[in-house]
Amino acid sequence: MIELKQLQKVYDQQQDAVIKEVTVNILPGEFFVMVGPSGSGKSTILRMIAGLEPITGGDLIIAGERMNDLPPKARHLSMVFQNYALYPNMTVSENITFGLKARKVASATQLQRLSDALALVGLTDYAYRYPRELSGGQRQRVALARSIVSGAEIILMDEPLSNLDAQLRESVRYEIKALQRKLGITVVYVTHDQTEAMTMGDRVMILNDGVVQQIGTPMQLYELPANTFVAKFFGTPQMNVLTAVTDWKNQGVAIDTPFDPDAMVGIRPEAARLNPENADDMAIEFWVATATQIGSETLLFGTINGREETLQFKISGHLDVPAEQFITLYIPRNALHYFDLNGNMLAKVGV
Amino acid sequence: MAQNTSAIQPHQLTSQRGRQVITAHLTALGFLMPSLIFLGVFVFYPLVKTVYYSFFLTNALGQPVKFIGLANYATLLHDPVFLKSLWVTLIFVAAVTSLTTICALYLANLARKHLRGTVIFRTLFASTMGVSVSVASVLWLFFFQPTTGVSDMILNFFHLPPIHWLTGNVWALVAVILTVVWMNLGFAFLAISGALENVPTHLYETAEIEGVTPWLKFRFITLPHISPTLFFVATVTMINAFQTFGQVDLLTKGGPNNHTNLIVYQIYRDAFVNLNVGKASTESMLLAILIALVTFAQFKLTEKRVMYQ
Repeated sequence: MIELKQLQKVYDQQQDAVIKEVTVNILPGEFFVMVGPSGSGKSTILRMIAGLEPITGGDLIIAGERMNDLPPKARHLSMVFQNYALYPNMTVSENITFGLKARKVASATQLQRLSDALALVGLTDYAYRYPRELSGGQRQRVALARSIVSGAEIILMDEPLSNLDAQLRESVRYEIKALQRKLGITVVYVTHDQTEAMTMGDRVMILNDGVVQQIGTPMQLYELPANTFVAKFFGTPQMNVLTAVTDWKNQGVAIDTPFDPDAMVGIRPEAARLNPENADDMAIEFWVATATQIGSETLLFGTINGREETLQFKISGHLDVPAEQFITLYIPRNALHYFDLNGNMLAKVGV
Repeated sequence: MAQNTSAIQPHQLTSQRGRQVITAHLTALGFLMPSLIFLGVFVFYPLVKTVYYSFFLTNALGQPVKFIGLANYATLLHDPVFLKSLWVTLIFVAAVTSLTTICALYLANLARKHLRGTVIFRTLFASTMGVSVSVASVLWLFFFQPTTGVSDMILNFFHLPPIHWLTGNVWALVAVILTVVWMNLGFAFLAISGALENVPTHLYETAEIEGVTPWLKFRFITLPHISPTLFFVATVTMINAFQTFGQVDLLTKGGPNNHTNLIVYQIYRDAFVNLNVGKASTESMLLAILIALVTFAQFKLTEKRVMYQ
């Protein structure tokens, strides 16, 4: 549906590219998420797809047609912005049909599509309200309806939930996902929120500094992160990565790494157990600095004997773990991730 | 006795509080004094005095001689010279207000695009803000002057008949309007440019994706957003236009045949040339009432069309 071939963005010839050769093929009907920290270039890519930002290298192909130099309206897509971008001087229904009017769509069709879209987002009773009279969530749904009504098969969304409060964000997240499924449209969704990426995306592309780190399903990214950046980006609390591990035995960890002499080892916080499950589980002598109860889980902060990094582990259940002392944690071998010293994945034991 | 001296008596308390209140008021007054004196001497006193004079017959020295009630007003409303002045002023104000607002809007829209050289044009367009009335008038005089003026020289070059800028009945008013509009443009341009900058870019981007034409974008996105500023610019320009004096004095002296005799110029002539302070005061009062009325009408008329967020 949307193909990016070595897509590049250079603002200043003297400086490095902001987007470095991004290549990906977004499939029809796919919910494709671009995620990354701020400044990683995800919004720039989205704006290049939309035609709001000129493309300085590579090809953009939508539905088999090269779109690099076509104006936004010729690309047959629609876009939802973070701040909704509703026209404040128009009512909800005027907002939704403005694009149709501009394109001189027959008024009977306009009305039909309007009432369909309003029903779809549950705003039928708000048709004659002004945006300022709506809540944030309702405004976002108006923006969605406006996108849907255009009949475009591709909807680009630029952090559409960032302006909503946490509770609302969760429910709107599911609404958007359900809507996308129902309509069978292709959505390219930009967010900096890893939870949004994990819960919404059919596939996720993670970016850092304009470079694609990994593309895959949420589970692939979680289970087989291509590098430490991806590994640390997904999952809360983030993965513990121990650098330059050579002599494990003397560091209080009873494990021989298969990657001598040096490797980085990643351990997900939730992989830790208080009791061994398998015979060969890795045992860690862990110095507990603090233990925090958060509802159904207990968070442990501390260090492995003799090492500097602060590690975090998450144990399910209410545990009365005494602080300021050593405890033994067991980690299954297949939960260990290995990276080379540049941070790239080596292999995962047991997978 | 010992008990009495140590305890504070109720009447002592009130007097103490009273003193505090007085001190606070005096401090406040101290801070207000500079602007009170300034406004009093230059605004309130002349205002009251004008109202007072407008009810009197005055002598050549400007002293009130005889109370005549509303007679000044009655005479004025039948005075053909004043009525003509009123008529010319209304035409002038309407022309200046609409031309200034429209031209400034047009220029601001042009200078809005981020192209090479926009900054230079912005500076140029805004530069008339820094020109004084007299300098502007003299500048335009070079253009308008018969035979030696730039206008006539250009027309002559193309073998076209000269335009009687300052001597033709209609052209003279056009000349004054042009000069005033040119002067006002700088401020109006700057204000509207600022308003244009404040229209959220996301709205244009959405419209761009939806395939909305430039005209529709202007009509339904730009105009509603800048309407408060447009309204402000129009009101300020209008009030200023009512009070135009310098350009008339330097370009036409109210001529030819009173065709550029704006009210303020008429007031000036009555007060300082004809030495009829009573009449001039009455005219001032009428002008003030007129401005108030027109501004009020403008507020009422445009209220519903202006979008405040």
